[in-house]
Amino acid sequence: MVIDTRVCVGCSACVYACKQENNVPEGYCRDWVVQESGGEYPKLTMENRSERCQHCENAPCVTYCPTRASHYAEDGTVQINRSLCTGCKACMAACPYDARYVHPEGYVDKCSLCKHRIEQGLETACVSICPTGSLNLVDFNNMDEKTKELLKGKIVYRQKEHAGTEPSLQWISASNKPGA
Amino acid sequence: MSHGQNFSRRDFIKISSIFLAGSTALSAGAAQAFSGAGSSVGDEGSKVVYSFCEHCFWRCGIAAHVRDGKVYKITGSDHHPLSQGKLCPRGTGGTGLLYDPDRLAYPLIRETKGGKQFYRKASWDEAITLVAEKLYGIKEQYGPGALAMLHHGYGVSFFKNMFSQIGVNKYAKPSYDLCCGPARQATVLTYGYPSDTPEGFDMKNSKYMVFFGTHFGENMHNTAVQEISEGIRNGAKIVVFDPRFSTLAGKAQHWLPIKPATDIAMMQGLMHVLISENLYDKAFVEAHTVGFGELWDSVKDMTPEKVSAITDIPADAIRTVAREYAFHAPAAFVHSGRRTNWYGDALQRIRAIHILNALVGNFKMPGGVVAFQKFPLVQPPPTHEHPAYEKEVHSKYPFFPDDEPSNTIASHEIVQQAISGEVKGLLIYGVNLPETMTLGRDKAIEAMKKAEFVVAVDVLPSEVTGYADVVLPECTYLERYDDLDNGRAFRTPFVALRQPAVPPMYDSKPGNQIAKMITEKWGIHGAFPPSVEKGLDKKLKLVGSSLAEIKKKGVLVMPETDLYRKPGEPLNLKTPSGKVELASARLKAGGFDAVPKYTAHPEPPTGFYRMLTGRKPMLTFGRTANNRFLGDLATAKENEVWVNNRIAEKHSLENGEYVHLKNQDGVVSEFPVKVKVTQRIRTDAVYMVHGFGHTSAKLTWAHKRGASHNQLISRTEIDPAMGAVGFQNNFVTFIKEA
Repeated sequence: MVIDTRVCVGCSACVYACKQENNVPEGYCRDWVVQESGGEYPKLTMENRSERCQHCENAPCVTYCPTRASHYAEDGTVQINRSLCTGCKACMAACPYDARYVHPEGYVDKCSLCKHRIEQGLETACVSICPTGSLNLVDFNNMDEKTKELLKGKIVYRQKEHAGTEPSLQWISASNKPGA
Repeated sequence: MSHGQNFSRRDFIKISSIFLAGSTALSAGAAQAFSGAGSSVGDEGSKVVYSFCEHCFWRCGIAAHVRDGKVYKITGSDHHPLSQGKLCPRGTGGTGLLYDPDRLAYPLIRETKGGKQFYRKASWDEAITLVAEKLYGIKEQYGPGALAMLHHGYGVSFFKNMFSQIGVNKYAKPSYDLCCGPARQATVLTYGYPSDTPEGFDMKNSKYMVFFGTHFGENMHNTAVQEISEGIRNGAKIVVFDPRFSTLAGKAQHWLPIKPATDIAMMQGLMHVLISENLYDKAFVEAHTVGFGELWDSVKDMTPEKVSAITDIPADAIRTVAREYAFHAPAAFVHSGRRTNWYGDALQRIRAIHILNALVGNFKMPGGVVAFQKFPLVQPPPTHEHPAYEKEVHSKYPFFPDDEPSNTIASHEIVQQAISGEVKGLLIYGVNLPETMTLGRDKAIEAMKKAEFVVAVDVLPSEVTGYADVVLPECTYLERYDDLDNGRAFRTPFVALRQPAVPPMYDSKPGNQIAKMITEKWGIHGAFPPSVEKGLDKKLKLVGSSLAEIKKKGVLVMPETDLYRKPGEPLNLKTPSGKVELASARLKAGGFDAVPKYTAHPEPPTGFYRMLTGRKPMLTFGRTANNRFLGDLATAKENEVWVNNRIAEKHSLENGEYVHLKNQDGVVSEFPVKVKVTQRIRTDAVYMVHGFGHTSAKLTWAHKRGASHNQLISRTEIDPAMGAVGFQNNFVTFIKEA
């Protein structure tokens, strides 16, 4: 995913759409919104971000899962096989992005990148609802022109790169100047 | 039944929980549906119903996904121009209203026994008979002007039709007085046509957007947020004047933390720079406007230095914004905002915004001010002659609209007339009056207590229902038909259908049936079509479509209209001069300023802070207050009072602690509110989201969450020209928890 924080307003439409689509129990969510402000009055800055599992290429959750419940799917996403999960939380301790929670039914749960929708040729629930168009589903191995144009000349970052997880979420920084 | 004079003063009644949905056998099913039942796409036995949302006035198109008779998901309709497949959280949260266990389940009638007032469950026929008798009796005894309706929501059209059958048309929409009214009338006075929703700005094509205190992003007006986002992606610059670093300010190249209540001075300062530096569009002003000389006379002393001293914004910044704005014009605009009636001068404030737009010649230009069009529905001939005593307007304010049949008087005038005894009977449709900004909570309650008869039509046991003689439970917008919606103007004019996704739950009924039942009880037949479906079909046949056709996508959409003017094209405006009226002859003739002029407003007493308000993106005030699905996120659970870090230090307030608020008249918030210590607000103001602090224990989710903004309003300023109500001359201080 490419997440354009220049336009995100932190409305949380993505969070509610995900909760409804994926039947996430009350009190939990698979994606969440961060509103970060900095600077000194009156020179303040703000970045709004819709965050979720980063579907890392070198995912510590997969490495540290003792039962192989956390695994890479064929499409490269990180998935959880609920029937193998014992709820031991090793993955939660390993994840630098705090992307997981223990479902009340005992297994660990997180963003599946709406695997059931992608398989039907649909976008994820969060991407399809987002009023600002901040969320963009991107195949980084086969990037289309629109995405190349979107990223061109922009300050783009990945979160906690030093952790070596090779996250597959890229963020267009809110600090980009207009028309950058 | 013993109703009548002994109820002319009524006590608040707590509706017994046995009359609410949560106690019925259905509640188990409702709770199950609320938590969902698994989700996948295109299951057998599932269907998608296209309709439009009721969680705010924007009325986006929705797709309600239904399985096993339950709505399990709501997404944005791909077909509806205002949503284009996207939806804000509140739209998705419709399930939280539909399956709210606190919903009103049965008609209720107030009774007195042994001096004690209580509600008892009633049959529909009994409740309707009583309502019909009481309303008709008041009309017969005191005349039609003794009946009034306060309304909010799209189902109201049926009640207007009902009342018009007996010559009653005293209707008020509080949202008009506190939100859209001044913008509408300012646009009429300046351009000769009323403003609309979405507001007429070509946002996605703009290069420079200036906002004064309006909170796009926090108010999730779907289409507007979509277009601003597109503008940002296309490189547009944003300027925000706001005492608070709002989400929109977070997107701005210039956030200018203006001193509250000084916007008009700033606008005059910007005009001064545009004119004195010859940055304005002279050709446009000469050809298409009147009153330029008078305008210049009124702003020639408003130099950036003078304005800086009033607004607390550096003079250089004022010059910079004016110059950049002129540089990017005509693909630049100053937005008229929404819900910006603060100090009783909102009409003139929005006139000043329109003048700033006219000065740069952005009218009907790409990226500037545009006039979106509505779908031209053909209105069937009226079913009756309007009685001669029906007035076009009941308001005493000279610039209250006389061409708005749904809105003939200001809501605070109805509140006052109920207190004075001029209004004896009130029908309150979808308005939670004690928590709605009319004249504050106390006056609202006094009005309901003094009225002889009050009937509330509502979905939830909100505070207002406790003051009614009869409570009629309406089903939600997901369970009913309403009238066709061609009230929204946009790039592609459209008409939308509201249709039920599921049948009404409990013993609730759609407004169209309730209004028809009352009318027929009066012995008036034929005022409503045999069924709501037949009525809709008839209207659609007049434009060559049908109910069957529109049901498929929920909307009929026309091709995109041409929004831009051609060189040399006359504007043909319906103002007295036919031109854009920089100076308004009509206002002058009415004894008001022909051009907007800044006047100073009261300052906070020492130790007090001006109380500013706004909203959270996932909530629409009372409409969503009890919505458990939307309330599930930490950011949605309560409101906070934003306090500048220096002020927090002065009052020894810690981030996250709870305080009570006390206003300038000694009103203390009933419930404590959490303190948010932040740099994101000026030192002379605090901010809290409206719609929290509910006192009705039957709103089991909303009860006691946060503090009520409305409770702390004890001072209001009424716009003398058009009657809008301002409420930001209220100031609060903090009472620390013992």
